[in-house]
Amino acid sequence: MVHQVLFIVFGLICVAGAINLLVQRHPISSALSLVVVMGSLALIYLLLGAEFVAAIQLIVYAGAIMVLFVFVIMLLNAGAEERTRGSRTALFVGVPGVVVLAGSVGWMLINGSGRLGSVSISSSNFGETRNIAHLLFKEFLLPFEITSVLILIAIMGAVVLGKREN
Amino acid sequence: MDTKTFIIAAVIKIALVVFIMLTGVAYTTWLERKVIGRIQNRWGPTRVGPFGLLQPLADGIKFILKEDLLPDYVHKGLFILAPMLALIMSLISIAVIPFGETITIAGHTTALQISGMVSRSGDISDINIGLLIILGVTSIGVYGVALAGWSSNSKYSLLGSLRASAQMISYELSLGLSLVGILLLSGTLSLREIVVSQSGNWVLGGHDTHIPHWFIFPQIVGFFIYLLAAYAETNRIPFDMPEAETELVAGYHTEYSSMKFAMFFMAEYVNMFTVACLATLLFFGGWHGPAIPFLPPLLQSLVPVLWFALKVFFFIFLYIWIRGTLPRFRYDQLMAFGWKFLLPLAIANIIVTSLIVAWGA
Repeated sequence: MVHQVLFIVFGLICVAGAINLLVQRHPISSALSLVVVMGSLALIYLLLGAEFVAAIQLIVYAGAIMVLFVFVIMLLNAGAEERTRGSRTALFVGVPGVVVLAGSVGWMLINGSGRLGSVSISSSNFGETRNIAHLLFKEFLLPFEITSVLILIAIMGAVVLGKREN
Repeated sequence: MDTKTFIIAAVIKIALVVFIMLTGVAYTTWLERKVIGRIQNRWGPTRVGPFGLLQPLADGIKFILKEDLLPDYVHKGLFILAPMLALIMSLISIAVIPFGETITIAGHTTALQISGMVSRSGDISDINIGLLIILGVTSIGVYGVALAGWSSNSKYSLLGSLRASAQMISYELSLGLSLVGILLLSGTLSLREIVVSQSGNWVLGGHDTHIPHWFIFPQIVGFFIYLLAAYAETNRIPFDMPEAETELVAGYHTEYSSMKFAMFFMAEYVNMFTVACLATLLFFGGWHGPAIPFLPPLLQSLVPVLWFALKVFFFIFLYIWIRGTLPRFRYDQLMAFGWKFLLPLAIANIIVTSLIVAWGA
């Protein structure tokens, strides 16, 4: 009961933050709305019992990445953006596209709810740090290491681009 | 323990801990002025009360009664939000810090920790990602400083907050990595379990060495990395570039006055306490210390809190001592020190520790 109420509260905060992100005209306000979205997502993870993922979401996304966003916006001293009158393509293709997509996904979910499987979160300690570590460093060791090499390559690419003369 | 008793106990504990923490903060400012006064061969505050002991109270009244300026050219919402964010985020981290084992008052047994619980069978449990929560909350606290400088719309504030954000992002890495050695030795992220794993003495080759089983001894390198990175995280001397008064007036809080300024000030001191508590818990065995057997049971259960408080006091004193002794770094020295020296050293410490742990296993 308490879980459901909290889920609805944080879900609403998350959606409100996401809408505010699009509506706001100043980059700092948009970035801060994104922080709210990240934070409420972390709390939803916590409600699901995934404590480690929640903490990492908070440290990495809300803490590190968004601080860098805000830092860059402050450094560039970006002002409020101008509002255009909207493009015709967006109006005539985008809006019907969104309606069709949302309608078909909703229709499929409602119609197929009997056929869709469900995931049970039965084990009481499935989100524990120890279990995640076992998965990452035993079962999925190769993909995990390949991902870290990929990130390393991205960092090296950034350094090369940043150091280029002229 | 049922939900109702848990909530009542939690509210009482929160009120008590926040009260003690803020009183501690107020008297740390008094202690700082006194000790630095003595270091510089003067008396420090002497006028308000005996030994100037009522000085924090006078300062508090002054902060509340001063005019609360809100400059015209600031971004109003963020200007007001920033000090609140800084103070709230610094206060949240004390929720996961364990001060001692358990205490029994009027038949109710409760853990000496806001987020700790005692089950019917007497097992103490606490939140099992306590350390990560402190790191996460600290990284959110950067927004308070960053937004304060940006929303003030003043060049000194902006420069101060840019310095502060860059410094905090850089040193957060070394801070986090310096703690990995502890996690490898204890095998848990729960602060209570880390302290419990430091009970007893070190045993070398079957001999009791009579040296307490604190993690400072195998992790001395990690401890010094932690201490340096934590000083930079809390923007204290010798790393107080963000508020270097000779260059930046007062840094990110130049435009703030009255209670809003006091909130930044309090946040800084609460962060000092968090750093001191964490150093005590992770490296100095938390509340472990010699037992005093002749006291009544209620006082007996408060003895660990006394040891804990003494160790925290030592670190607070170290902060003040260093402030009275060392000059400020230059900004490029600070960045070079963090990235080129502290970070590689922290990584080397992790590699050596994990090799030793793997060899022992």
